[in-house]
Amino acid sequence: MRLRTLSSPHLHLNHSVGEVMQKLIIALIPGACALVWFFGVGIIINCVIAIMVAMLTEAVCLLLRQRSITTSLSDGSVLVTAMLLGLALPPTSPWWMTAIGTAFAVLFGKHLYGGLGSNPFNPAMLGYVLLLISFPREMTAWLPPRELASVSLTQFDMAKGIFTGDFGFALDAITSATPLDSYRIQSSLELPETEIYQRSEFGRFGGYGWEWVNFGFLFGGLWLIHQRIIGWQIPFSLLGTLAICSLIANVVEPKLYLDVLTHLFSGATMIAAFFIATDPVTASTTVKGRLIYGASIGLLIFIIRTWGGYPDAVAFAVLLLNMAVPMIDHYTQPRVFGSSREIDE
Amino acid sequence: MKRMLWKFHGGLHLPGHKTLSNQTPIQAAPLPDFLVFPLRQHIGETAVPVVKVGDKVLKGQVIAKAKGYVSVPVHASSSGTVVAIEARPVPHPSGMFADCIVMQTDGADQWIDLNPVIDYPTLSQSALRNKLREAGIVGLGGAGFPTFIKVNPGSQLPIETLVINGAECEPYITCDDLLMRERSKGIISGIEILQHLVQAKEVLIAIEDNKPEAIRMMQQAASNNTLIRVVPIPTVYPTGGEKQLIRVLTGKEIPSKKLPADIGVICVNPGTAYAIHRAIHHGEPLISRIVTLTGRALTNPGNLETLIGTPVKDLITSAGGETEQIDRLLMGGPMMGIALNTDNIPVIKTTNCLLAAAPDELSTPSTAQPCIRCGDCARACPADLLPQQLYWFARSEEMQQAESYHLFDCIECGCCEAVCPSQIPLVQYYRFAKSDILEAERERLQADKARLRHEAREARVIRLENEHQAKLAEKKARLAKARTSDDSKKDEIAAAIARVKAKKSNQETEP
Repeated sequence: MRLRTLSSPHLHLNHSVGEVMQKLIIALIPGACALVWFFGVGIIINCVIAIMVAMLTEAVCLLLRQRSITTSLSDGSVLVTAMLLGLALPPTSPWWMTAIGTAFAVLFGKHLYGGLGSNPFNPAMLGYVLLLISFPREMTAWLPPRELASVSLTQFDMAKGIFTGDFGFALDAITSATPLDSYRIQSSLELPETEIYQRSEFGRFGGYGWEWVNFGFLFGGLWLIHQRIIGWQIPFSLLGTLAICSLIANVVEPKLYLDVLTHLFSGATMIAAFFIATDPVTASTTVKGRLIYGASIGLLIFIIRTWGGYPDAVAFAVLLLNMAVPMIDHYTQPRVFGSSREIDE
Repeated sequence: MKRMLWKFHGGLHLPGHKTLSNQTPIQAAPLPDFLVFPLRQHIGETAVPVVKVGDKVLKGQVIAKAKGYVSVPVHASSSGTVVAIEARPVPHPSGMFADCIVMQTDGADQWIDLNPVIDYPTLSQSALRNKLREAGIVGLGGAGFPTFIKVNPGSQLPIETLVINGAECEPYITCDDLLMRERSKGIISGIEILQHLVQAKEVLIAIEDNKPEAIRMMQQAASNNTLIRVVPIPTVYPTGGEKQLIRVLTGKEIPSKKLPADIGVICVNPGTAYAIHRAIHHGEPLISRIVTLTGRALTNPGNLETLIGTPVKDLITSAGGETEQIDRLLMGGPMMGIALNTDNIPVIKTTNCLLAAAPDELSTPSTAQPCIRCGDCARACPADLLPQQLYWFARSEEMQQAESYHLFDCIECGCCEAVCPSQIPLVQYYRFAKSDILEAERERLQADKARLRHEAREARVIRLENEHQAKLAEKKARLAKARTSDDSKKDEIAAAIARVKAKKSNQETEP
């Protein structure tokens, strides 16, 4: 009789791309819940629109590329892209903006390069940057956390506004500066920093509300490290560099530069450190390379936040470092067992 | 005092599945009706038959002699009659056929006259090594490299450490475990012979700490030899890999493309040590070994003392397996073993385990998904390679790049593939790339040879042509010379004639 022949190894540890993506989405939940709590139903609507458009775009791309739709859709990678973008967009983004950003992310960010695994840039961040450049006004209009809102926007109004553009108020009336924005504006007015931190948009140790959002993403991210879905290198080096830079700047000139905890617990810091920069496809693959990659993103976030033209900097920092990945990988090869040289040129 | 141990990068903690087969003592496999001896059982040259069909042979008799240096003889493992010398399926991933001697056993199991060595230290080293060769001893742990060559350090460095590799890190396999538990004295006595041959400064018996019983028995047996130490090592796959084990024990790394002996270490399997003991103290050549029969498709798994040449089918039957229930039959462990396409093949000297897996026991790879560059493979690689890079290069057939990323330092342990979330058959890609490069190398050598031959021929043709031309020219010159000398003679003759004529005419005109 003939028996089945397969090539060794015959043991595989249970682990799949689908499972990785599933855990990533689970880990996003605490931070996402905090976002919804403070900023309302708009976040959920963003995510739902993003997911639907992403799945549809992915399906069309796969159809055009004559690939199996079910196997690729079931790996869940497109869900993660959609979720990250949905969570990154302001809660008052019009529906078509979310749709355009997501479709661009999946089509141009992923499939034009050959689909999962072949894209050099983080798709969600590509979509975000496209929107940020094309629609700067809408993209920088964040609602204040709901306890601080001067006008109370009902959840229904918000939903209606997303689809019709009519929130019942002018957009400028209901949005306000984020803590990172606020510090830039206030410090340029040469107010003493103690006074700035007294402002309502600052909370206990970060931006009001934002500190809990970041705390949620930190919690989810630590769980991912514990589950060995992501390595510690990128989050650690990113947060470490950001902390060191902001500490030095803050010690030297506290009036001009934001303090460490506000840097770490405001804006997109934690979601960037644990969910965006760690995207395996676009990040460096070597241990040393990941440390360099994370540290460089942390440095760029600090630089752009402090001196750049945009209030937050994650998307640009990540995309810039995505470009540097092939070079980082090339120069950070591990030493092969039993060899003195690293790579024979 | 606890010995300091080192770590190697990567590796995996795998489910052991060892209790499936290590709960019962070693039992003798029943004597099969037919025995099949492949003429090539290990690295090196194929042995040459010295018997004919119809010959009666005894247990332990040489039936094929060694040919060349890297070769050992093959012995009949029972008594009986040679019934065929023909191509049969042999253990090989390709399911290929190769020449085998087939004998029918007579049930008497009658030995030849055995000549144990009474006092081996009195023998010269080379005579002792030759005894190992004559006994057909090869490494029983891995590729079956002839032991007599391994223990011949020659002009190399002195051997610092003799390592007995009882790690047995692959899941399911327990043959060394059982051997060390039950025959520790014999193993130690074999180690002493090895030690006499290589004169190492220390002997380390490395055993993974998931085998406490084996560790205890070996410690007991080694207690009155101060040179020998039993070292329990952490259970991590593939710590039994030669390079990894030496790293764990000594902190030294075998340089790329070098052998353990190059850094003063020799690594031997306990089964080999035991076979050496049998060969020297009892005069028995290597005709049997312990084979682990395991897997959930067997009702009666365990370890069997098996004659070399026993058909796998007989062993499976005696372990209570029915071929219909076997989904996959592996020779070796689940990480590096080869899947056999038939059970109609014999046990050879390197067969340590037969794993008859039930349908849901081993993993069946699903369709490979794209690489997401997660780096899990690099984290698991015990050779510190970048498996995903090697995969890209192998896939796009950039073989030079693959080589420069140290493809040939890959030991094919399978760690990278086992952890790959995209289930890419990485090891297959590496095997493909390796064989492609070796094939190209062979072709290049052949082309080189052909080119040299062609150039030699060209040179010869030209040389012959030149010689021919030279000869012609010489001949011409000689002829020319001959012609000129002819001419001068003619001239002389003509001159003489003229003179005579002149004289005559003078005489005629004078009067």
